[in-house]
Amino acid sequence: MNWRDTFRTARDAVRTHRLRSALTMLGILIGISAVVLTVGLGEGAKAKVQDDINSLGTNLLVISPGSSTDSSGVRGGFGSASTLTRQDATALATPGVAPDIQTVAAVSTTSAELVHGTTNWRTTLTGTSPNWQVARSRQVASGRFITSANEADAAAVVVLGPDTAQQLFGTTDAVGQTVTYNGVTLQVVGVLDALSSSEAASNNDLAIVPTSTYAQRLVGGATRETVSSIYVKATSSHTLSAAYQEANALLLNTHGIATAANADFSIATAQSVLSTASSVDDTLTVMLGGIAVISLLVGGIGVMNIMLVSVTERIREIGLRKALGGRPRVIRRQFLVEASMLGLAGGVLGVGLGLAVALILPTVSGSRVIISIPAALAAIAVAIVIALGFGVYPASRAARLAPIDALRNE
Amino acid sequence: MTATVQPPVDVQAPYGPSAPPALPVIELVDVGKVYRSGSLEVTALSDVSLRIEEGEFVAVTGPSGSGKSTLMHILGCLDVPTAGVFRLAGHDVQALDEDQLADVRNAFIGFVFQQFNLLAYLPAWRNVELPLIYASVRPAERRRRSLAALATVGLADRAEHKPGELSGGQQQRVAIARALVTEPGMILADEPTGNLDSVSSADVLELLYELHRDGRTVVLITHEPDVARRAERLIQIRDGRVWAVGDEEAERQADADTADIDQPAGA
Repeated sequence: MNWRDTFRTARDAVRTHRLRSALTMLGILIGISAVVLTVGLGEGAKAKVQDDINSLGTNLLVISPGSSTDSSGVRGGFGSASTLTRQDATALATPGVAPDIQTVAAVSTTSAELVHGTTNWRTTLTGTSPNWQVARSRQVASGRFITSANEADAAAVVVLGPDTAQQLFGTTDAVGQTVTYNGVTLQVVGVLDALSSSEAASNNDLAIVPTSTYAQRLVGGATRETVSSIYVKATSSHTLSAAYQEANALLLNTHGIATAANADFSIATAQSVLSTASSVDDTLTVMLGGIAVISLLVGGIGVMNIMLVSVTERIREIGLRKALGGRPRVIRRQFLVEASMLGLAGGVLGVGLGLAVALILPTVSGSRVIISIPAALAAIAVAIVIALGFGVYPASRAARLAPIDALRNE
Repeated sequence: MTATVQPPVDVQAPYGPSAPPALPVIELVDVGKVYRSGSLEVTALSDVSLRIEEGEFVAVTGPSGSGKSTLMHILGCLDVPTAGVFRLAGHDVQALDEDQLADVRNAFIGFVFQQFNLLAYLPAWRNVELPLIYASVRPAERRRRSLAALATVGLADRAEHKPGELSGGQQQRVAIARALVTEPGMILADEPTGNLDSVSSADVLELLYELHRDGRTVVLITHEPDVARRAERLIQIRDGRVWAVGDEEAERQADADTADIDQPAGA
């Protein structure tokens, strides 16, 4: 009996017992669609994290002020004192000191209420240098960014985030208009391009002024020399860790700290900031994956169960086939092919269901699902393997039946 | 055993030394079959010796439980004897493994069962082609031969009908076509009329008789004396032994004895 006949015979049997075949497939179908969705959700979550990392810049380091010990020996927690200064930024930017650092931008921030006419809007006022645009890889949608000349003159100019501009000016072009903060009138020279909506709102809602303007005209006081954070951009994503080492060593040195454990600053990469989020997603993926595997297992046991029923129910047919010259291995092969056909059908339909849910889910819950073709094909292969694996025992039972016992069965 | 039971008769006697030199289709020498289930042993057949020559029409008859089903299973290579020698067309069947037995059944034996045993989901001609599939015959050739076999049994116009759409007699004729299609050395019919009304029974018996007339070897197993009488030779099984061969007088005598034999000898 050749393969073509085996397939035809199996197909006829599957078709004849429609309800039973459908029920067998259902178990596999649910298992496979669960697996496909789990993998899709996991991939979606990973892609989202990757997007976040990319939008921050994969070669970006963020240095934050850290714990400090004051003169009386009281140690404060991270962020309790602003231990980073403009001098730190200047040192990092000194040519030749840190060859893997491309650019440095110190940032001072404060919450500020900007006024335009009768409109008030509370946003993050950011004092920084023109390098910020390079460090954060941001573009301006209209107008221009702050310039070195603005920096030198402590010019009363501001660049707004797209959300900020929208809140203050609505649909009219913000460039050329003015906003007032603390009695100082600032001219809007540019509006930043919007980052994707998956980003933190602070990326799109901010007002950027030159450092000199920030320190001398707007905020001043004790915060004049200290900064909220320093953005360091490595020359490429490959030199990120080298840049990290250089910045760390340099700051420890300038701060006169001997052991890294006592550092009064912390350096984070965009990657490390977001890795926590992605590890949470990984846990979820593993958990969902476990459920999916269990449902596949249950599906496989369903195949075995129904195939055993099928063997019992078709005991006369098996006896007849053996009496007519079917060798045991041919009988076994027929049942295995039947099982793998059910696996294939269940796998294909399962992937189909998974795809359908993947299309619906983002509109319902907002989670992103990415279904890859290799993963879908692998799922179908897994379905066939499971059906085959659980079909071996029933098929062997069919093959071992003695033809007289099978024929005698009423 | 009662005093009226006659001793076994040597079935080879009518042929004996003057038998034709050609190999017999079937040759059984002192064949026995013992079923074991746990410590219990049931002797279904003992010391059965018989020969069936090519072209013969033989009826094996006996009451239920006489061992004729066991004999049929052995003749059909569905079961192997536990004692004695069974040669089918000169081949020693005991020496064959399961695969070879399957091949022998496929090539040498055409089965006709009481229950027809047609697959309900296949049309008539595809039921008929089944043994050819296992013989690895090419599809076009299979269809041609299946239709020819259906024509032989007078059902050429029913080839595409499923068994459920055919009468009992027609279904049994499809089964006979299936038995014929491999051109087997022997057609083995186990109670072929057991599930049929008298008209269909006559029909089927006539068909078997025609096959015999065309030169085929037919072995008919039945418990109905009327059916058995159509055969040219009669083998009587009682208590797992062969009692009478081709002797109607002996058969009638045996019928009379049936009342005394109320203990079935085996399966």
